[in-house]
Amino acid sequence: MAWNLKSDRPIYSQLVEQIELLIVSGIYPAGSKLPSVRDMAGEASVNPNTMQRALAQLENDGLLYSQRTSGRFVTEDVESIMKTKNSLAQGLIKEFIENMSNLGYDRQQTISLLERTAEEEK
Amino acid sequence: MENILECQNLVKFFPGCLALNSVNLAVPKGRIVGLLGPNGSGKSTMIKLANGLITPTSGKILINGMEPGIETKKIVSYLPERTYLNDWMNVNNIIDFFGDFYQDFNKQKAYDMLRRLGVDPALRLKTMSKGTKEKVQLILVMSREAELYLLDEPIGGVDPAARDYILDTIISNYSENATILISTHLIADVEKVLDEVIFINQGNIVLVSTVDDIREKENKSVDALFREVFKC
Repeated sequence: MAWNLKSDRPIYSQLVEQIELLIVSGIYPAGSKLPSVRDMAGEASVNPNTMQRALAQLENDGLLYSQRTSGRFVTEDVESIMKTKNSLAQGLIKEFIENMSNLGYDRQQTISLLERTAEEEK
Repeated sequence: MENILECQNLVKFFPGCLALNSVNLAVPKGRIVGLLGPNGSGKSTMIKLANGLITPTSGKILINGMEPGIETKKIVSYLPERTYLNDWMNVNNIIDFFGDFYQDFNKQKAYDMLRRLGVDPALRLKTMSKGTKEKVQLILVMSREAELYLLDEPIGGVDPAARDYILDTIISNYSENATILISTHLIADVEKVLDEVIFINQGNIVLVSTVDDIREKENKSVDALFREVFKC
């Protein structure tokens, strides 16, 4: 996955979001070992201290844990990964509903349009 | 000693020009710091003072608590704005030269980086383009295992694709706990790799902040803030 960082928002919060995405989408599976901070920073072309801060945040949130000698791992708690996944999905849906209502669609119209479009996409 | 670089009421006066006006500054260990300012703001003067190439008019500049001298040169790796290397030498010669000169020079690292950047070590400097010469110099500087890297305009002459590669080289090759001070006006290219930025203008420090604090408070990139602060 390419790291996609916008220039008008703090880098560290964008890193948190993108690593969450890597975890919930299974690119970093539950229980797997993460690359070193330096390698991750190099890959994302960011400062290692910023990457460190993002990883510490994710550790605080319970998505990662570190083992003193062997490195940092994705949590084995599949339920908490699912929870994060659901809350990311809810965020996207809320944004979608809001955008649709800005376009003048009410909830019912939005849902039927969504179903019709999904049908066509098949 | 927490700070690798410290300025105390640092003044540098050139005939007819106050280059640094009583600068107080502390740069901690283990950071990548951008020294940002328009042309003629005092960036290079500060870096030259840190290297002992010029001496302060008054005040102090301290590297790891010491005034610039033989001891500080052992721990400082400096990329000057202009090259001082002999252009009849080829890269192999220069690497041997650096290996003899600096105890902390890692030849293996230098050859690895040359290979990755596609520079042929048998070439003489004279035959190289400006950008390639810059790459060679940066590789030499980053191949030292120093405590403080002072990079004066490290990416000015290289193309945007190589810039990204060079920045990656910088973040993946500096030794742990080392500090890197990068002076540049190509802010958009470097801001992702910086912890902290120092804005300098007409010899005065106008802002010291972390990159994420600027983005959080101003909702804009460091580059955008710089353009606003230094609007002509």
